[in-house]
Amino acid sequence: MARLFAHARIIIGALALLFVVAAAAPAMAQQPTSVNPTAAAVNEDQLLRQLNQISGRCTLPDQKACTIEQPGGRDWRDFHQVTLPWIAAIAILGMLALLVVFYLIRGMVKIENGRSGRVIVRFNSLERFVHWVTATCFIILAISGLNITFGKTLLLPLMGPEAFTVWSQWGKYAHNYLSFPFTIGVVMISLIWIAGNVPNRIDVEWLKRGGGIVGNDHPPAERFNAGQKLIYWIVVIGGTAVAVTGYLLMFPFYGTDIAGMQLAQVIHGIVSGLFVAAMLGHIYIGTIGMEGAFEAMGEGTVDENWARQHHALWLEEEKAKGHAPSGAAPRATPAE
Amino acid sequence: MARMKFLCDADRCIECNACVTACKNEHEVPWGLNRRRVVTINDGQPGERSISMACMHCTDAPCAAVCPVNCFYTTADAVVLHSKDLCIGCGYCFYACPFGAPQYPKVGNFGSRGKMDKCTYCAGGPEADNSPAEYAKYGANRLAEGKLPLCAEMCSTKSLLAGDGEIIAQIYKERVVKRGYGSGAWGWKTAYKETIAS
Ligand code: HEM
Ligand code: SF4
Ligand code: SF4
Repeated sequence: MARLFAHARIIIGALALLFVVAAAAPAMAQQPTSVNPTAAAVNEDQLLRQLNQISGRCTLPDQKACTIEQPGGRDWRDFHQVTLPWIAAIAILGMLALLVVFYLIRGMVKIENGRSGRVIVRFNSLERFVHWVTATCFIILAISGLNITFGKTLLLPLMGPEAFTVWSQWGKYAHNYLSFPFTIGVVMISLIWIAGNVPNRIDVEWLKRGGGIVGNDHPPAERFNAGQKLIYWIVVIGGTAVAVTGYLLMFPFYGTDIAGMQLAQVIHGIVSGLFVAAMLGHIYIGTIGMEGAFEAMGEGTVDENWARQHHALWLEEEKAKGHAPSGAAPRATPAE
Repeated sequence: MARMKFLCDADRCIECNACVTACKNEHEVPWGLNRRRVVTINDGQPGERSISMACMHCTDAPCAAVCPVNCFYTTADAVVLHSKDLCIGCGYCFYACPFGAPQYPKVGNFGSRGKMDKCTYCAGGPEADNSPAEYAKYGANRLAEGKLPLCAEMCSTKSLLAGDGEIIAQIYKERVVKRGYGSGAWGWKTAYKETIAS
């Protein structure tokens, strides 16, 4: 009985083996053609075409590492290496060239009737303090910023790599830390001068008559003429734009992703280039472009004749308020 | 000289993270930084694939182009390296890199992000080969010893290949022919402007 059972086991076992082999044979024969795991697999080209970015799951705490491919950086590279330097260079050099030509043609705009010797307060000490803090920060921000754009082309060959890095590192610290007083300055400027800077009908008239800078007409203006109002709004809007985008770059990944930071840099770079060009124009008029203008922000007072020539309506207003020009502020040396 | 490349055969990667661990250990990469990572795409779904990614040592590297202090250099083996002494931590290379390779020790510290760190292809930096100064800044320099990057050497399934681009491309091509499929050399088009026909 036991032997019979053992025989049966062998037979069943053999049959089972045969069955397995028989069943497997066709499957093995088919394998090379039947299974292609990549047919259903994720596909790089397709993923890139869909999102221009490939991300997945990873086990690192830094979840940004889970993005493995984002070729968008190449467009940004083009912008940074080609487009931005061109925009900034054309804006800044173009403005400089324009100012030189203008100076050669027009020269300094003189106080027509000479100085009266009587001065009137134009900017109080708070206004001047805010102006100069903002202006100083702006100049340092502009130099340290443009160093990032043009430094490696212009300065690196002259300074050598080590010195250029030390300079750029300090430039970067200056750029990052002075952004705070600059931003506060822009906010203060926007608040203390908003009153005189709302565009009105007088500006239209002033612009039509060439503003006194083009031609020799002297259209009346209030405290700020249309040109000055334009500068005000450039500072307020441009300053806000560079501050917002600058802080996005300074605090990476706070509220932005990489595409957001690329965009922030694009805006920061373009606005900065145009901003610097506009400020060159502003500096020109405030210094060599117009006699008697610098002292408004320097000492805070202007000559009565200057005020009558450039801001007739403002002078009337001030007089009406009882702020008549006084004979004070003897000038050691005339401006000429 | 050889043109060194990385190639991750996604059909072989089993997401064991040995390459990640090998890299961290070999170079004593500080906590929070990862020069290499493994990412799983379509996790848990049919067709999921894992890919090990680090700096690809691009041809005409975008990071090098945008660096405002020009601190990158390319070795004779076409490995893209940088000098931590010159880096000012501006973050631009990270904006330009298609593979998210550059890392910073101080994320969001507005004074500076610190010196950028990335995969060196186990080739160190500008200091003397295998000097303590080089090791402290960049980690081991295996290439100078005639060895390939440890991540690829360590790979249990030989999914991650490192070495002369032509040779690893050939190995990959043979694999594809033999097994009858291949999901392609991930990142090659972006990094090297070429791909391996499969
Ligand atoms: C108000 C606050 C500002 C902040 C927070 C800020 C921040 C930044 C940051 C973080 C960068 C990236 C480079 C680096 O890390 O050093 C940068 C670049 C730059 N900034 Fe500013 N910035 C500000 C204002 C300005 C101003 C007023 C100017 C110009 C007048 C300026 C001009 C530039 C330029 C030209 C670059 C380089 C662009 C490039 O070539 O990529 N920035 N800024
Ligand atoms: S992968 Fe990124 S860091 Fe590496 S060479 Fe390419 S651009 Fe540079
Ligand atoms: S972070 Fe360093 S390496 Fe990267 S672009 Fe800036 S200076 Fe160059």
